[in-house]
Amino acid sequence: MQQPGRAAEIKANGIGKSFGSFRALDNLTLDIGRGEFLTLLGPSGSGKTTFLMILAGFVQPSEGKLFSDGVDITNRPAEQRAAGMVFQGYALFPHMSVEQNIAFPLKVRKKSTSEIKNRVGEMIERVGLNGHEKKLPAQLSGGQQQRVALARALVFEPGVLLLDEPFSALDKSLRGQMQAEMKRLHQETGTTFVFVTHDQSEALALSSRVAIFNHGKLLQVGRPDEVYNRPTNRFVAEFLGEINMLPVKGVRPADNGATGLCEDRAVNMRCKAEAIKGDAILAIRPEDMSIAPEAFANQNGIAATAVASTYLGAATKLDLTTRQGAKVTVSVPNEVAAAALSKGNSVWLTWPAEKGFLLPDGGQ
Amino acid sequence: MRGPLSDRMGAALLMAPLLLFLILAYAWPFLGVVKWSFTLPTPGLGQYHALLTDDLVQSVFIRTLRIAAIVTVVSVTAAYAITVVWVRGSPAQRVLAEFCILVPFWISVLTRAFGWVALLSNRGLINTWLQSIGFISEPLTLVRNEFGVIVGMSHFLIPFAVFPLASAMRSLDERVLLAARGLGSSRMRTFWTVFVPMTRSGIIGSALITFVFSLGFFVTPAILGGGRSVMIAELIYLRIFQSPDWGLGAAISVVLVVFVGALMALLFRYVKPKQLV
Repeated sequence: MQQPGRAAEIKANGIGKSFGSFRALDNLTLDIGRGEFLTLLGPSGSGKTTFLMILAGFVQPSEGKLFSDGVDITNRPAEQRAAGMVFQGYALFPHMSVEQNIAFPLKVRKKSTSEIKNRVGEMIERVGLNGHEKKLPAQLSGGQQQRVALARALVFEPGVLLLDEPFSALDKSLRGQMQAEMKRLHQETGTTFVFVTHDQSEALALSSRVAIFNHGKLLQVGRPDEVYNRPTNRFVAEFLGEINMLPVKGVRPADNGATGLCEDRAVNMRCKAEAIKGDAILAIRPEDMSIAPEAFANQNGIAATAVASTYLGAATKLDLTTRQGAKVTVSVPNEVAAAALSKGNSVWLTWPAEKGFLLPDGGQ
Repeated sequence: MRGPLSDRMGAALLMAPLLLFLILAYAWPFLGVVKWSFTLPTPGLGQYHALLTDDLVQSVFIRTLRIAAIVTVVSVTAAYAITVVWVRGSPAQRVLAEFCILVPFWISVLTRAFGWVALLSNRGLINTWLQSIGFISEPLTLVRNEFGVIVGMSHFLIPFAVFPLASAMRSLDERVLLAARGLGSSRMRTFWTVFVPMTRSGIIGSALITFVFSLGFFVTPAILGGGRSVMIAELIYLRIFQSPDWGLGAAISVVLVVFVGALMALLFRYVKPKQLV
């Protein structure tokens, strides 16, 4: 967050924040790599925004230390950290034109008039706002305001760009477009991006790493595919997308993985069961399960009855009930769903051993 | 934002007594004043012609505008500082500011004017104190002149100037100020380049309200001006009650009302009525 034009590396060490008796953030330790696109994901009140505000310097942590490129910046005021920031609702200066908004951080830094003119022009070009230079924020559409906010936050080449739910006010199609633009800006600038959202698909689509928060705690951090396919706890598993949870009994280590009993049938898992023994939860994403007419030996499978379907166009979401009463959802080709429903009775739910993963039984 | 017809009818009915009162007690009698201005002492535009040529009337008009302008600048500036504390200060500061804003409303304008006389006169508190510490040898003339009038009027008007400012400051998006600081702007710079411009409508509303109120002041300039700093309202009083020149007094009144009306029309282009309370 200091030398312009250079992506910053940030270390949070045991950061905590209490507002009165409310614990907003608890003992957070997290390294943010140079030039990475890190998403802070969680429901509202999970602490993700508090952490972003601490990074920006708007909120002072109750305990812990914050380092930027090895320098302790815990007590440095926001205006000296100069992280670029895009706020929810953009927070543009309503009395300044597009040009003046983007020039603001450069004027504050007492850059020469010609440099300001060049850099602002370049930035306007880059975010595609040509022809709107003289307009006031109120005369712009949501997407254009968003671009002004991004340009204003990037024009002074901050070491890190902080984004607080920047797309929450945009409609769905515009959101997709802006996401693509932001990804492009990240690649072009090479700056460290820290992005807050409660939208899991947005997080998975954009980030190089995702940090999942709940109740003020950082639960897991990893690449999108890691956190999606190998969540370490139930909250992360459920928050990142629809997931089926089946109780398994007598879990024990086995050849390259683990084995256990699910609905009285032996099932195999590729994941290690070191930490988990005895009863556990087997979690499988709906798209990883399929329907088979009969059970095969050496394949994971349980009997179930199809009860309802939802047509999604490319596929059908099929709701089933297992013999022991667990509810399962699978995403299958349309004709498979139709066949399963018309049979009216038992089908087999199967899944590859490497797709299921174990979570501790009960709690989170 | 308009409700169903019945709601609007209901609102109109609730406001009707006030409107009726204003028509009977103000608009109707004022039409009589307008009539005097064209008929006394002889029918015609004679009094309006006199307004344009009478040196005394003109000097009073100019003095009134000057005092109103100075009072406006003083009041809005002071009110701005108080409002910043009231809206954005710590809880204790807020209570203190609220106290300072509200207490003047409970004290009559007459009491306050005499209070200022006691403070500002030659043997008043300020002069005796300044003499006792040896800062001055002769008392300063602080009252019975324009200075005293400006002090007394500003003191009266500051609380009124606060409300449009408070409304503008309260509706300001806090994140915009955070954004400015996050982009590297110091608190001072953020105040001048973001906070003040964003409260512009409040400043305009506050200034117009103060200016309009200043134009019609009577008691404060009469007491603190000591006859040496006569303003329009006092001149009207003198013309009507002391030198029976009703026609000229009426003509001045009409000009004042038209002028104030025009300013109010301007005011409501910038500020919604609900922002003033």
